[in-house]
Amino acid sequence: MTTKEHSMLLQKQMIAGHYDALASAREDGKKVVYTFVPGNLNELVRSFDLLPVLPEINALQSGMRKLSGEYIAEAEKHGHSEDVCTYVKCDIGMLKKGNVGPTGKPLPKPDLLLLSYTGCFTFLKWFELLREEYGDVPVAMLHVPYQANGRIEPHQRDYVVQQLRTEVIPKLEQISGRAFDEERLREMLRLSARAEDDLVWTMESAKRTPSPIDAYFGGVYYIGPIFSAFRGTPEAVEYYAALRREVEERLEAGAGPITPEGPMTREKYRLVVEGPPNWTSFREFWKMFHDEDAVVVASTYTKVGGLYDRGFRHDPGRPLETLADYCLGCYTNLSLPARVDLIERYIREYRADGFLINSVKSCNSFSVGQLLMLRQIEERTGVPGAFIESDLVDPRYFSAANIKNRIESYLQMLDQKQGPASLPVRIDGGAAA
Amino acid sequence: MTLNELLALARSLSEDIDLVAVARWKERVPGRKAIGHMPTYVPRELIHAAGMLPVGIVGGGDRLEIIRGDAYFQSYICRIPRSTIELALSHRLDALDGLLFPSICDVIRNLSGMWSMLFPDRYVHYVDVPQNFDAAVGGMFWRRELEQLRSDFERIAGVTITDDALRTSIAVYNENRAAMRDLYRARSERPWIYPMSESWHLLRAGNVLPPEEHTKLVRDYLALAPGQADRRDQDRSRVVLVGMFCEQPPHGLVLTLERAGCYVVDDDLLIGLRWLQDDVATGGDPLDQLVDAYLHHSAMSASRYEPDGNRARSLIASVDRNAADGVVFCAPSFCDPALLDQPMLVAGLDRKGIPHTEFKYSEDTGQFAVIREQAGTFSDSIRLWSGAAGS
Repeated sequence: MTTKEHSMLLQKQMIAGHYDALASAREDGKKVVYTFVPGNLNELVRSFDLLPVLPEINALQSGMRKLSGEYIAEAEKHGHSEDVCTYVKCDIGMLKKGNVGPTGKPLPKPDLLLLSYTGCFTFLKWFELLREEYGDVPVAMLHVPYQANGRIEPHQRDYVVQQLRTEVIPKLEQISGRAFDEERLREMLRLSARAEDDLVWTMESAKRTPSPIDAYFGGVYYIGPIFSAFRGTPEAVEYYAALRREVEERLEAGAGPITPEGPMTREKYRLVVEGPPNWTSFREFWKMFHDEDAVVVASTYTKVGGLYDRGFRHDPGRPLETLADYCLGCYTNLSLPARVDLIERYIREYRADGFLINSVKSCNSFSVGQLLMLRQIEERTGVPGAFIESDLVDPRYFSAANIKNRIESYLQMLDQKQGPASLPVRIDGGAAA
Repeated sequence: MTLNELLALARSLSEDIDLVAVARWKERVPGRKAIGHMPTYVPRELIHAAGMLPVGIVGGGDRLEIIRGDAYFQSYICRIPRSTIELALSHRLDALDGLLFPSICDVIRNLSGMWSMLFPDRYVHYVDVPQNFDAAVGGMFWRRELEQLRSDFERIAGVTITDDALRTSIAVYNENRAAMRDLYRARSERPWIYPMSESWHLLRAGNVLPPEEHTKLVRDYLALAPGQADRRDQDRSRVVLVGMFCEQPPHGLVLTLERAGCYVVDDDLLIGLRWLQDDVATGGDPLDQLVDAYLHHSAMSASRYEPDGNRARSLIASVDRNAADGVVFCAPSFCDPALLDQPMLVAGLDRKGIPHTEFKYSEDTGQFAVIREQAGTFSDSIRLWSGAAGS
């Protein structure tokens, strides 16, 4: 970014520090747990003084650093199908090439694979594949049932809690050599809830016009710490407090989102976006929106690690049950009708002009049904939608010209629909010339 | 009935994408209901015990033109959901009073939500099988799911499913599974008598027939097939076919493999019908028995977590048990479970020195020349080199 926010620098330090800690984990006598972002049990893992590694984060970081194409090719060379998830292949390829992490430092082997099978079938196969690669590494399997009925059923919660008690915690105790400390977990959950409050405030600031944030491209940075290794830590609380202060300042100043191209000066379109971003051309993708004065005011991808904006908070009063509810409530664990309901609410609550689906080839959990979702949302809201296709980290599936053309055409269509009365809002509050 | 007549019947049933047989079954007794299910495991006994007909839905195969179904799916998604939507939109599934979606993968999972949005008046249920196999944990969860299904089926059928009725249905399905086990055993022992191109139809007939009738069909076939004088052993390689547990290959693909010199001695075709590997106990609490059978006697499949860390074990056991010469990976394009599983299975086979080859299909694949060439080369290489390697 041309204007680095304090919070962004803070996050960069946090991430670099975490990768440093991983690189020296063996020397420091630290054990390492690999796990997934949706439904991650960061507080529980941290309460045993274990270090989390999130292969999806490694993959997306590799995508942003233009390393993923090479890793995917390596995995395909070893027999992994061109048809399957590129996060998996990026991870396997990175492993085959020495398991050097995105910051250039080696990643330690896992001491435990914590298979939080939440909202994505591929997770199950991913860690079975890693188990095959690493040999004797134990796996703790946490099967999180699907919210097919659009709500958490009591027996689903019981099932997850029982698995925490009988499968996950015993294995964490075993590899850490420490007994489960419920009070320590409660304390971390308290910290989680504080950070979650500030995250929600930040994301909901986009309800203001003009929005001080971009809730998709900027949003993926905002969710970084809380969806990954930092939820439940004092660093996360500090980060989200700093982020909130920044956004408050921008609100007071009437300033808009900060983008890699500089601060946005106009807000012409307010959009809701469904689906993950493309990581290999992330900046180019964002610029396409920036160039059209389009701001994303709400997104579903920023809910894959929890729907805090719908009221969920980690609750220290019921530590295992709250972890279960967290796992069950992640966005990709919602039924399709519930996802449609959520997007409809976002369009209304954030007064969006349009919504766009970025359908990624890698992720059937997100992608299957999106064409029907598009129609349903259009029918319910009267707001036209757009549909583009790309991938997570496979550079072969990002066609910049096609995507740019599609976005521009869509926004022109919105112009025609809205008519001349719709003027862009200058970021200082008035209508732009 | 002659063998040819029996096979003609089996073929008509296996190709019955209009569910004519189901509609006729319903017409015979007014008020009858039928519950469909997508591939892999659902507890068919519960549907049967409610007096309803369980109906396996396996997409449209190569006999259905997709007109509207493609509009619902991106190009990189497998074919079975689009053809299943097509079947429904073209009213070919109207005989069904509900549809179950087992937890195979994210495609079928999300299809359950699409179904509830497209057909809001129809019964839809996502069958979330446990991936934890501890009786007190996964077993308890599965029992609650079964209780929910029991309650749903009672409501749809307007009956009470008594424990005795459920025990009777368990016994009926035990016989059905035993017949299918016998079919596979016979095919493995004498594949020239019981070729896969015939058992393909026989198994698929089980999607639309009541289990009692299906059991009889399989038993009759087992009795009739040896009477064909022209069925003689040929110099072919014995292969296990893997990857077809959900979207089905076209029948032409199976014929192609046979013509390319392969005896298919085991496969995972319609594994859901044969999911429980042993008889389910008919004493005690029948729901508990179904739970126990699922936890401890399930088939290994790509959709099921393998807690012991050896994905290839059951495949290697099949190769050994059936004296197979090699494995053919035959998976649908874009099938996450099969294609993500494959590297682990390949690694296991390589460690054992078991030959293998692989290709992909979609249910409407119409060109088999490349597959024939590949399978023929594989079969030839096994016959030519396996002996040499062992000598």
